Amino acid sequence: MAHVSFTPHLRRFFDLPDAFEVEAEDVAALVQKLDETWPGLAFYITDERGRLRQHVSIWVDGAQIEDREALTDGVPPGSAVHILQALSGG
Amino acid sequence: MATTSDRILIGTRKGLVEARKANGAWTLHEPLLPGQPIAYAMHDARDGSDWASIDHGHWGVKLSRRKKGGDFEEVEAPKYPEGSDTTAKYYWVLTPGHADRPGTMFVGTEPGGLFSTTDDGATWELNKPLWDLCVEHKWMGGGRDGAGIHSIMIDPRDPDHMYVAISCAGVCETKDGGATWSYANKGMRMDYAPPEEQDKEYGFDPHFVAMAPSDPEVLWQANHCGVYRSKDGSQTWDEISNKPHVYFGFPITAHPTNTERAWIVPMHSDNNRTTFDGRLFVMRTDDGGATWNEQANGLPQSGAWDFPYRHSFDIGTDGETLAFGTTSGNAYVSEDGGDSWQVLSNNLPLIYSLRFA
Repeated sequence: MAHVSFTPHLRRFFDLPDAFEVEAEDVAALVQKLDETWPGLAFYITDERGRLRQHVSIWVDGAQIEDREALTDGVPPGSAVHILQALSGG
Repeated sequence: MATTSDRILIGTRKGLVEARKANGAWTLHEPLLPGQPIAYAMHDARDGSDWASIDHGHWGVKLSRRKKGGDFEEVEAPKYPEGSDTTAKYYWVLTPGHADRPGTMFVGTEPGGLFSTTDDGATWELNKPLWDLCVEHKWMGGGRDGAGIHSIMIDPRDPDHMYVAISCAGVCETKDGGATWSYANKGMRMDYAPPEEQDKEYGFDPHFVAMAPSDPEVLWQANHCGVYRSKDGSQTWDEISNKPHVYFGFPITAHPTNTERAWIVPMHSDNNRTTFDGRLFVMRTDDGGATWNEQANGLPQSGAWDFPYRHSFDIGTDGETLAFGTTSGNAYVSEDGGDSWQVLSNNLPLIYSLRFA
């Protein structure tokens, strides 16, 4: 199981817990599983082509994922996943 | 199209503000969808719902709807289909379908797609024939990075007869419910294009196009290269510019019953997109664009450099109540056809859209 945490900004749109545990082989599968729990959440994190949105970042065990197109980065059991947003705008 | 003269939806960079008139006075209410950038907001008179297009930035573009008496709830967002190799960047305009087609709604997007729903927003479909034109003719951006549809007009006499205006392509018309489209830009100019391109039937930059509600043969257009009017259902366009004040601007507003009357808010020029000398004023024609009269009473006449975007000027059903909102969050209302104006607010965030509800 991976431990997932979310930026508080996403809680404005979804009733998200402080942390969530999910088992997924890679980040794409993880996002899919999150979307099954909170329908519509995937479209906030990724666009309709499944690509990570430009100003969103996903971290796995302290490193930003490398594949922002297909989200193929692995999610090892026990890893810490953070879904964050860039700080931008005014 | 407005359905009242006493309620206004103002889409701002930080939420949706509702202005209501009661007992002769206007009141602005606290923002709905607070903090969220509202690209466009409008009212659907057919079922009493309000719709908002939200540009979250980080989280993408979304649609939200408030059914009559309810709260705003997110609805399914129009998505570009697989194979189109693109994504929705902006829901620029929302337009209810024909009165005889409840549950139908249209969304114009960047990058140049027209989406429609026939089941009240549960599912959306990209209009493929129009999108094919966008791809084939490589529509350029204008106002936004990619091409975008910002004006959608439906003929009240025939639900299958529609116009859209695209920056940059021009006006497109369908007479068969979107199965086929043709360009409708005869008489228009595109001074910014290379000389060898200027004879093309597309590539124009309409800033906004409005259909006269009482006669769908009459269309008004604020264009990058002047102001135009068609009185034959867009078969031909006549230039009705009158420099310096009637040439460059974004919104154009048509009177609900008088097909000769319309308003614009002038900007200095393409190169200097501010007001003339810091003066904010409106120009009105009462004779189909042959002559124009300045209307400035109550508007700031010095130090005002802000201006309304293309969706931020509207008229109520009474034909007398007008309102516009600016890039600096100033909003003004007139209750006498523009002869005099009063401040609705000087303290709103940037205004993207202003529509009577």
